[in-house]
Amino acid sequence: MPNPTPATTKASAALAEVVAAERLRIVATLIRTTGDWDLAEDCFHDALTRALATWPVKGIPDNPAAWLTTAAKNRAIDLLRKAQAEQRATERAAHEPPPEQGKEDEEDDVIATFDDDRLRLIFTCCHPALAMENRIALTLRTVLGLSVAETAHVFLVSEQTMQKRLVRTRAKIRDAGIPYRVPPPHLLPERLAGVLAVLYLLFTEGYSSGGDSPDLIRPALADEAIRLTRLVAQLMPHQPEVLALLALELFQHSRAATRLDAAGDLVLLEDQVRSRWNALAIAEASRTLAAAERTLQQQASPPGPYLLQAQIAAEHATAPSAAATDFARIVALYEHLSRVAPSPIVDLNRAIAVSCSEGPDAGLALLDTLQLDAHLGEYHLLHATRADFLRRLGRPTDALPHYCRALELAPSDPERRFLQRRVDGVSRNGWPR
Amino acid sequence: MQYLLLIISDPAAPTYVPEEDNIEEWVADLEARGAAVVGNRLRPPSDATTVTVRDGKTILTDGPFTESKEWIAGFDVIEVDNLDDALEIAAAHPMARFGRVEVRPAWPFD
Repeated sequence: MPNPTPATTKASAALAEVVAAERLRIVATLIRTTGDWDLAEDCFHDALTRALATWPVKGIPDNPAAWLTTAAKNRAIDLLRKAQAEQRATERAAHEPPPEQGKEDEEDDVIATFDDDRLRLIFTCCHPALAMENRIALTLRTVLGLSVAETAHVFLVSEQTMQKRLVRTRAKIRDAGIPYRVPPPHLLPERLAGVLAVLYLLFTEGYSSGGDSPDLIRPALADEAIRLTRLVAQLMPHQPEVLALLALELFQHSRAATRLDAAGDLVLLEDQVRSRWNALAIAEASRTLAAAERTLQQQASPPGPYLLQAQIAAEHATAPSAAATDFARIVALYEHLSRVAPSPIVDLNRAIAVSCSEGPDAGLALLDTLQLDAHLGEYHLLHATRADFLRRLGRPTDALPHYCRALELAPSDPERRFLQRRVDGVSRNGWPR
Repeated sequence: MQYLLLIISDPAAPTYVPEEDNIEEWVADLEARGAAVVGNRLRPPSDATTVTVRDGKTILTDGPFTESKEWIAGFDVIEVDNLDDALEIAAAHPMARFGRVEVRPAWPFD
């Protein structure tokens, strides 16, 4: 390869910039106009190759995103005509104005439809007729633009397996007639909940993998999920649950740097150095939550599960110290949440909040009433929570077997090391040497 | 697009309550939408005969193609714009409550 000329370097930089900012818009528009997900992706990459060849010679176009969209659309029309495949899609693509004539009009047209296209793509990727893991895989690949290899890594499967899964998922969208659209009003609440579930799963997947992990892709998912939630919030500013989810993610993410210490060991919320929490993230989260609450009031609708979770997160994030946290309000919010969106995890968290508000004996009594073992028997935090209540009640011998069970079930090294220290601690107290 | 709705009986589903069976309403809605193509209830699997031709020989088996506790109790072919419409129609079918409904897109003519 010849040495890059200044023009080449400049063109590459411009291309990288436009891809980072506009990839989602362009791909989403291509999928709508061609009706073919695979073709859209191929043509997008073809347009990138053309840009790298053309821009150093002819200069960087005024509107690089429109240039790429047009180049990719033209490529799609060529391919569709050549293969004489999917006649309907050809007609649809051919109805787009040709790139050179009426260029300004076309750019206006493109910009006018962009926002909807991004939402169309997100809603289609998160359609409930697709299995949850396929929704997440397709969102990672198509919406967030991860490579197939990166997407495979998130699921810990081979690239080949992931490629097959993506092909099958796109085939189902096409063959089963999943519409490429933002759902109509009567379907919107349910479908939006599905989109938010995907976004929150992406976030927690990244968040729980730990900030200091040598693994670079999974932690970055938390940032990507926030970016995408922010985009959906911008596109649907009147949906309180979207704003609430963004606030919830930001509140949790504000603690990313303090959850593990320098040795990679788990630091409990009450022991974290609050001055190291990300104040900017907390401020944005608080503003966003306030906007969600205002919208809810205007619409006179009841709070949804993300709003209640964001309010709980806000209590933790804005308390001056662990001791000064308003646990009574947190208990009330969990009680509300367990009515709006009942789940054993919510019940477990409610019991923890009760133990902080009214003492470990009250927490233990609630835990006994709730009988969560049927659902959460394999969940390490159920056992760790019971053990913790018993330890705080001065019953180390009773706590020990529950800490041991939690240790057996714990999924990550920092959590195992933490629980091992607890096991050692209560063992010493229970059987003094 | 055409979709086949397979109406499936499920022994684990809530007990069938004849008074809550609003199938006539459902059919009326289907016709009002202009989505109805063809549909019917089916006699039980014990009335089924399965036909297999191998090496030119026709083999008849008394019973359904697969023995299972769940069986196909009816079918409807509908013509709608997209999967969302098909899913909405399927969810409104009384047997979605007393059994389940599988929605299958038909392979289109090229």
